[in-house]
This record gives sequence, C-alpha cells and structure tokens, in this order.
Amino acid sequence: MARKIFEIPLYPYRRHPDQDESTPVRHPVIVIGAGPVGLAAAIDLGQQGVPVVVLDDNDKVSFGSRAICFSKRTLEIFNRLGCASEMARKGVQWDTGRVFFRDREIYAFRLLEETGHKFPAFINLQQYYLEEYLVKRLRALQEEGRPIDLRGRNKVEAIGQHDDHVTLEIATPDGPYNLEAEWIIACDGAASPTRRMLGMDFVGQVFADNFLIADVVMQAGFPSERWFWFDPPFNRGQSALLHKQPDNLWRIDFQLGWDIDREEEQKPEKVIRRLRAMLGEHTKFELEWVSIYTFQCRRMEHFRHGRVLFAGDAAHQVSPFGARGANSGFQDIDNLVWKLKLVLGGKAPETLLDSYDHERVMAADENILNSTRSTEFITPKTETSRIFRDAVLDLAERHVPVRPMINTGRLSVPAIYDGSPLNGPDSNVLPESLRPGAPAVDAPLSEGWLLDRLGNGFQLLLIDTEAVPEKDLSGLGIEPVALSADESPEFAERYLGEAGQAVYLLRPDQHVAARWTVYEPEAVIAAFRRATAREEA
Amino acid sequence: MAKLITTPNIADADAFYAALMAAHEGCSKEESDALNARLVLILANHVGDMNILLQALELARQKA
Ligand SMILES: Cc1cc2nc3c(=O)[nH]c(=O)nc-3n(C[C@H](O)[C@H](O)[C@H](O)COP(=O)(O)OP(=O)(O)OC[C@H]3O[C@@H](n4cnc5c(N)ncnc54)[C@H](O)[C@@H]3O)c2cc1C
Repeated sequence: MARKIFEIPLYPYRRHPDQDESTPVRHPVIVIGAGPVGLAAAIDLGQQGVPVVVLDDNDKVSFGSRAICFSKRTLEIFNRLGCASEMARKGVQWDTGRVFFRDREIYAFRLLEETGHKFPAFINLQQYYLEEYLVKRLRALQEEGRPIDLRGRNKVEAIGQHDDHVTLEIATPDGPYNLEAEWIIACDGAASPTRRMLGMDFVGQVFADNFLIADVVMQAGFPSERWFWFDPPFNRGQSALLHKQPDNLWRIDFQLGWDIDREEEQKPEKVIRRLRAMLGEHTKFELEWVSIYTFQCRRMEHFRHGRVLFAGDAAHQVSPFGARGANSGFQDIDNLVWKLKLVLGGKAPETLLDSYDHERVMAADENILNSTRSTEFITPKTETSRIFRDAVLDLAERHVPVRPMINTGRLSVPAIYDGSPLNGPDSNVLPESLRPGAPAVDAPLSEGWLLDRLGNGFQLLLIDTEAVPEKDLSGLGIEPVALSADESPEFAERYLGEAGQAVYLLRPDQHVAARWTVYEPEAVIAAFRRATAREEA
Repeated sequence: MAKLITTPNIADADAFYAALMAAHEGCSKEESDALNARLVLILANHVGDMNILLQALELARQKA
C-alpha cells in the first residue's frame, strides 16, 4: 500500500525567530490546532488580511479515516475561502439509498436534489483529502503574501488569561517558548487541552457509543450506493452503514454499543467475518483501515471565555449520524472570523463576539437534538420505543407514508439564527426560508452563481428596487449588489416569492441580517449597526 | 388552530370496536403490541396535522 497522505509531514517543524526573543512576541490571533476547523480559521483570517499564527502539536493531517461526508454549506464556505472546486471535483456522491431491517431490504430510494445550486447537497470525501486541500490553500495564500504562519510540532502546554491578552507556553523539539495573543481560537479537538487548562466543563453527555470504522477497497462495479442496516444478522441489536468514498474505497461503520472489548472487535478475522456477512460471500474486498471511535454528545456551556473562543470539536461533539461534526465546525469559523476582524479593527465592540456564543451554541443544540433523535431511532432505549421503531420499519416496506420517520441521520444543514441579537427587521411578504438569521441560498444568475458574488463583507442585495445606493453605502463598507428578478426563475422564487422587489442586508458570512421590500438608507444603517453590535435592540 | 374532535364521530361505534378486537384475535401480547404501534402510525399519518396529534397525545396521557 502506498504511503497515505496522513503519514506524510505536511508542515514539518521549523524553528521560528519568535523562539529566540527574550520577551514573548504578541500576535493579534493565535489558532490552537490545525485540524480541519483550525485550518479553515487560518485561511479565513489570512484571506481577510488578519495576521494569524496556527499552532499544532502534530505536523500531518489527522490520522487515519475519519469524516467523509461534507455538506453543501461546507462547500459554500470553502467556495468563499477559495478551495471548494478541488473538493467538489474529487468528492463523490451516492445516487441510491437502501434500507435494510434484520435480514431483508425494506426499500430503496433515489437521491433527489433541488436544482439551481452550484454545489450538491453533500459530497463524500476522506477527511485527509479535505485537510490536504486546506493546507494547499493556506500555502497558496502564503505565496500571495497573506499573513498566515503555520507552526508544526508546537504544542500548547499552558495558557493564561489576562484583561487584554492571553499568554501561551509552547513546547517544541527545540524546547519551550512563550507567545502572547490578543485573541485565541481554540480548535484543539474533542479532548481540547485548552478547555482542560482553563478548567472548563464539557457538559451534557447525552449518550456515548463506540463505532468500528472499516475502509475497504472493492472491485470496480460495486454499486455507488448508501446502505443502512437496522439490527442486521451480522451486528445484532445495532446498526451498520456502508457508503462510497473516492478511490474505489467504501466506508463501513458498525455501531458497537457502549460495553465492548475494543481489542477483540478490531481483530481482522472478526471484522472480515462481519464484512462477508454484509457484502455477500462473493464480493472481493481488501481491508484498508480499521479503527474504533468513541462518540459522545455534548457541548461547552459557552463558546467564548474572555479572550478565548472555542470552535469545532473543542466546543461541541455530536454522534456521526448526520455528519454534523466537522460541518458544524466550519460554520463556527464562518460565523466567528468576520466578527473577530471587526473587533480587532476597532470597528465593533467586543460584545459582538458574544453573538458568536449565542448563535453557535444555538446551532450546536440543534445538532445535538438532531443527532439525539437519530440515535433514539437507531438504538431504541426502551421496549416501547423499540416496538414503535420496529413498527415503522415493518410498515415502511408496504406503506410509503411512514418512510419519512425512518431516521438514519439527518444530513447537516446550516442553522438559521432565529432570535439572534444581531437580527434586524423582517418583511413577512418575502419567503420565510430567507428570514433574518438564515444563510443566503444559492441561485443561478445569468452569469455564474449568486453565492460567488456574496460574502467577506457586508452587502446590500437590491432586487428590482427603484433607488440604488451609491457605492459603499455612507462610508460604512456596505457594498451594494443590485440584481434583477430576471437573473433566473430560481433566484426570483427564492428571494422575492410573491413580492415585486426586495432589499437584503447580508453579513460577511452570507447570513441575512435584515430585509425589506423598499430601500431606505436609515433603516439599513440602523440594521447594520445592530448586526455589528453597535446598537442595543 | 384545528381542534381535535371530541364528540362521537364514528357512525357505528360497536362495529368499529368489534373490528379492532377481531384484528387482535389470535395475536400474542408481542404481536398485539406491534399491531397497535402500526395502527397508531397509520392513523397518525392520516391525521397529519401536528396540532391535532399533539392534542390527541395530551388527551391519551391523562389518566382517569
Ligand atoms: C469516524 C468518524 C467519522 C466522522 N464523520 C464525519 C462526517 O462524515 N462529517 C463531519 O462533518 N464530521 C464527521 N466526523 C467529525 C469530524 O472528524 C470532526 O468533527 C473534526 O475532525 C473536528 O475538527 P477539529 O478541527 O475541531 O478537531 P480535530 O480534527 O480533532 O483537530 C484538533 C487539532 O488540534 C491539535 N491539538 C490538540 N492539542 C493541541 C495542543 N495542546 N497544542 C497544539 N495543537 C493541539 C491536534 O493535533 C489536531 O490537529 C467524524 C469523526 C469520526 C471520528
């Protein structure tokens, strides 16, 4: 087997001049952890011109096989960050899903997607590829002179919070050194040492489970499908999932339950026996990767602690059903970076960062709720819930209406920040799906895609309005984007609905801040002040 | 908001009750439990309206 990307150092240790300074050097932002979430943070900050140092105690992409399913919103965020096309090109999709109950198939369905979006609902792509593309993008930005500094084998060992800065003690192969930062983004994963060093709890363990992950190479011709088993003969009382990854690789997840013998379960004979029962005696396969992961479902009470902001698995952890882990971590970064940039630039008060906590805690709760519901269905906890679960599966074969109740994980969709303190006025004649707090939905334009035009700064989307503001509205840095309903039927339907004209104030993360059916500069300015926490509700 | 029907609505109540009993005839406890669950799911889908379903659940939860 060729050396896998996760075995090659991508950002080997290099001694940095900071290590020779007698007094610790202070940086505006330090990101702890160069996992997918930390890398996304670094790219976003660097691309916006905010100098950033990223520290990781490793020098490679994350080891082995982990996430594979990345959502449309993730691709949209990486589109804004300039690295989605490679992901979309390499990623694959399954087109048919099959659901099995015990020893039989109960139904199959085709994947039907809404058209008129640049990106598909999701792609399957190995996490190590995604991280590799992120490192490449980061390198490309460095080549352009963007201020990103990625330091491998820099392990954060101690952290101290002060009024206007944070201090870090860092271990390297050359010995320790100290740094200071105005702000820290802690992306150091589920076991977050930062969280531990600050003595923060990781509360609300909703459930805990073990999963056996097997990656197998199969002959070409094995169908590109997603198979989900409830209570199969080869994994009694649990579930199993098979889906496709690029490179003729299939991912198989066996849920194992809590009380297991990890060593026993990982023995190749045992795994191969399960796989034979699952794939059929005649399917030829080669086992490429086996490991066991433990999941819990919980979050920190708050994601902001003074000058330390937690993101990704460090802040929240969910079960794998619905692929909400990394996908939600990228949305954390999408939400946080523009706020941090405004605060660092003195253009918004620090309290803007409290809205990060508000909005992303809410999103984490939504993710935990969804993954808890999936788990409840997949692993019923009481006799009654098992009776109902089995009734749904029994009926589904012949009675189509109960099929929507079958919950094998609900694919990650972006959170709508209803009730956010940043939200301004709404207009109830415009489509509900684009209410304040919602992410802008993509649509085809006469040339290209709407989302290619949005993001990175505040924008005012004006659709068929009579008045159009001057460039850079009142010097506030709001860019007007005037479009017509004629761009495409999808655009008109998604943004106007029944209305004849519309005005949307959009945040740098493409979420709607406020909207109206007429353009009034004062209203826009007030909503802008609110969306940047410069005005109380 | 739509309201749960709380007045008699089945023309021949005796006939419905007899049909319900007949459906369970010869079932073990386990089979009956499964049948009841399927019945709830089929009827719930027929009703569809979440408000009505929540009112029905609430009413069913009340004990004498
Ligand atoms: C089997 C499996 C399947 C999954 N499937 C999906 C999926 O389909 N879709 C999805 O969205 N998510 C999925 N997830 C979840 C996803 O892998 C995680 O959510 C994601 O890796 C979190 O990224 P992160 O950057 O927050 O943390 P991590 O990837 O854990 O990265 C943390 C980084 O911090 C570094 N670090 C730790 N301590 C220190 C320190 N003291 N100093 C410096 N650096 C430090 C580590 O070296 C590491 O690089 C899956 C996870 C698993 C295990």
